[in-house]
Amino acid sequence: MRITRRSFLAGTAAVAATLPFPAIAQNKPVKIGLLTVKTGPLAAGGIQMEQGTIRFMKDRNYTLAGRKVELIVADTGGNPAGTKTKTQELVERDGVDMIFGPLAAFELLAISDYTAQAKTPVLSLAAAEDMTQRRPNPYFIRASATSSQNMHPLADYAAKELKYKRVMTLADDFAFGHEQMAGFGRVFEDGGGRIAKKLWPPLVTPDYTPYIAQITGVDAVVQGFASSNPLKFMKQYRDAGLKLPVLGGGTAADDALLKSYGDEAVGMISCSFYTADLDTPSNKRLVDGMVKDYGNIPGLYAAGLYINGIVAEGALEKTGGKTDDREAFNKALRSVSLTDTPRGPLSFDHLGNVVGSFYIRRTERKGDKLVNTTIKTYPKVSQFWTYDEKWFLSQAVYSRDFPPLKS
Amino acid sequence: MKRFALAAALVVLATVPLWVGSTYYVNIASQILFYAVFALAVNVLAGYAGLVSLGHAGLFGIAAYAAAKIMTSGHGHLAVAAGALAVTLAAAAVFAVLALRGTGLGFVMITVALGQIVWGVAYRWISLTNGDNGITISGRPSPFGLSLASPRGFYWATLAVFLLAVASMAVFVASPFGASVRGTRDQPRRMNALGYHVWMIRFLAFVLSGFWTGVAGLLYLYYNQFVSPQAVTLTASAEALLMVISGGTATLLGPITGAALVVVMKNVASAYIERWNFVLGAIFVAIVVFMPEGLVPGVARLVRRSPLR
Amino acid sequence: MSVSLLLAINSITLGGLLFLLSAGFSLIFGLMKIPNLTHGSFFMLGAYLSTTLIARGFDFWTAALVAGVLVAVFGTIVERLILRRLAGAELAQVLVTLGLSFMIADVCLMVWTGDPIRIDTPAALRGTTSVMGLGFPIYRLAVSLIAVVFAAGLWGLLDRTRLGAMIRAGVDDAPMARVVGIRVSRLFTVVFGLGAWLAGFAGVIGGPILSVYPGLDQEMLPLALVVVILGGSGSLLGSFVGSFVVGFLYNFGQAMFPELAYVVLFLPMLLVLVVRPQGLFGRQAV
Repeated sequence: MRITRRSFLAGTAAVAATLPFPAIAQNKPVKIGLLTVKTGPLAAGGIQMEQGTIRFMKDRNYTLAGRKVELIVADTGGNPAGTKTKTQELVERDGVDMIFGPLAAFELLAISDYTAQAKTPVLSLAAAEDMTQRRPNPYFIRASATSSQNMHPLADYAAKELKYKRVMTLADDFAFGHEQMAGFGRVFEDGGGRIAKKLWPPLVTPDYTPYIAQITGVDAVVQGFASSNPLKFMKQYRDAGLKLPVLGGGTAADDALLKSYGDEAVGMISCSFYTADLDTPSNKRLVDGMVKDYGNIPGLYAAGLYINGIVAEGALEKTGGKTDDREAFNKALRSVSLTDTPRGPLSFDHLGNVVGSFYIRRTERKGDKLVNTTIKTYPKVSQFWTYDEKWFLSQAVYSRDFPPLKS
Repeated sequence: MKRFALAAALVVLATVPLWVGSTYYVNIASQILFYAVFALAVNVLAGYAGLVSLGHAGLFGIAAYAAAKIMTSGHGHLAVAAGALAVTLAAAAVFAVLALRGTGLGFVMITVALGQIVWGVAYRWISLTNGDNGITISGRPSPFGLSLASPRGFYWATLAVFLLAVASMAVFVASPFGASVRGTRDQPRRMNALGYHVWMIRFLAFVLSGFWTGVAGLLYLYYNQFVSPQAVTLTASAEALLMVISGGTATLLGPITGAALVVVMKNVASAYIERWNFVLGAIFVAIVVFMPEGLVPGVARLVRRSPLR
Repeated sequence: MSVSLLLAINSITLGGLLFLLSAGFSLIFGLMKIPNLTHGSFFMLGAYLSTTLIARGFDFWTAALVAGVLVAVFGTIVERLILRRLAGAELAQVLVTLGLSFMIADVCLMVWTGDPIRIDTPAALRGTTSVMGLGFPIYRLAVSLIAVVFAAGLWGLLDRTRLGAMIRAGVDDAPMARVVGIRVSRLFTVVFGLGAWLAGFAGVIGGPILSVYPGLDQEMLPLALVVVILGGSGSLLGSFVGSFVVGFLYNFGQAMFPELAYVVLFLPMLLVLVVRPQGLFGRQAV
């Protein structure tokens, strides 16, 4: 059992952090709080988030823009109330300068107002659309993707290159699943395709057969599952003898999940903001480091946090390492524009969401391993895809029933 | 002696925000207090009435959701509190009528089913509950002109409610009604033979439990400014029950101690002990092995036996 | 039509798996009156252990048997060291079994990481077969066959052997069984071990369908509860019929009433309990 040692002087540190001590500030470390999930059902992604963060800090020798970094990891347990308490711990007791994480949208929504009031920048993977759309939080920055940002290019590819006419969608019945499939549906139907049916198995579904049995009369199946569900679904789908092609979002064929898959995943076409086969110097470094330290290639959770680290570094370089003026630091974060990250070039829109590359990959077997091979890159993808921002924001947020299917 | 201890405890509790340091710890103390109210409510059934409920998170959540809905529709805090408690009482009455069809495991399983159905509604009826994203509220009330927005203000208000809950429990336990509730637990047939309306006594105990569960749910919402289906899960119900059993059922201090144990393990100890889930489980097992009656009665027994006395 | 037929066949196969899961729970509850809330953890632990055994070169079936035995050994130790002190103390039983489930879940996370692990379908049972003109996975049919064999075996054990007679005597009236010289305490250990073995074995058998991942324990436990409540606790026939009832409810409920997907098991359970608190096949609670 490992006991994480942490400063017990927290009480005084929190007070110090709220007072302006510019002279001392340069000497004290930058404090980064990582909100992640290390226990319970969501732990897989959460542990990878921690691994990605630690990998980044090691690559920089825990020094960003000349300042030492102190990383404080907090386990939210994957529930919103726990996340709120842990956020208070990081902000009020530890006085962190910024927060990485949390993992899930429902965790992020629970702390959004609080972190905005506390003027603490949050760099999260959580994909909740409205956080950078209709209910933007000025202190929230997302370098990964909104739920639908993966799905817009995937739908474009399905309609234009794969020339599918009718598909059926299946996704976890929660906001992330709803938003993914709404995004897919809008672009796919605008591209001339039709969604025959949308199915929403509950998050906890031991047997997908009642849903798989309804798949008929379509060119392909689009799955938007997350966590361990993509694996369970694909196995049961192939076991049932279905041969239709399967498309998926970022979590469906995540690189880190490939080692858990068998041949049922071969041929899956997926779209993600991160792909392990991207040939850039920083990605090579990330992949090598992850394989060396943890024995597996990174997926979007580890890479997403690594990228957050690079973004934070970029902002610190802009402010000369200063974080005391939170507004200035927050501005610096949003104006970061990078050419070499593990996901390729990226910048942020005025709402704090990433504009970056998205990769269409095919899952293939290479020797005894499964790999994702990039078959098309969509550069500079915005959260609004090719739609006009004003029009997009005037529409309701993506949900289970919006936009309605054309038929 | 007892009075002195009580006065000392009150002074300690009232001054928590003054000596505990960071506001973070004040917030933890507030959480312990409202979870203690929840545990005290569960204890009415599990401890005194001998009816184990694994669906109380459902009532807790109903209170929080009702309050959030009333608030987001633009009503004042008085309407929020009154409305939420009225809805919770009504729900508790329905729960009671259904659950009291069974006793023992039957009762447990009916409450499980009820709790899961509330969870299903919270999760699936998105137009009402906003699904897994939950409902966010803004603002805490200012009763009698005292703002609860600050951690300290909220702590003191929660403390007042908590003390009220403890006092009401003490009154309940000492009252003839409390005695008859315990009677239905120990000797339901004799109670029946003596002319007591066993069903009605249990029903009223359930409603009393529901009332304080609703109060706790309301405090939870005001504290977190947020409610989502995760507050209504079976795990949340089990957690409340674990607080009661680990602290000691059918005691006043037991549920409070249990609430403190679970809140501190989940929120404070988890920052230092990576495997806090394992440790929490091990603590539960150790409690059962060494003091199967719970922490508070167990420690009391050890103290009584100690040669120092 | 073909969808309904497919769902019907699948209901039976899912029911088979649920029977393997819940038979042990029912047995333990029926004889010992212990609501064993670690049962889902035993299921998950069995599945995890088998992944390690298979990785070490065991074949699937041996791994299933051995993983079951390891879980049974663990269960027996728990019964001997802890549970037997708690006879009649239901609340303490709830606390300790939930506490153990926290510990098991965390140990599994530590040993097998949080990544989901798939379990390969045994080679001989891969692929699909044609059932009345519909493709259906062979392995799932095999699972329902295993369940039937186990049901018959358990029935034989309970109804035809001396041990079974003692267990039945214990279920009916433990104090009286003691009086006539049955060593009820040893019987408890045997039954708890057998129940744990069944759960661990079921976890492995379920593996090729469900795979194994953190949280599997908490997904399976409510299913076992629903089966036992619907069927009535302590009754083998009850959990057998209850399993298939749940299999049908689950399959047709999810497919035909997607709006009710979340309450498709708990709503019927509530109705049964309110109308008939002892379950469909249970005897009136004492």
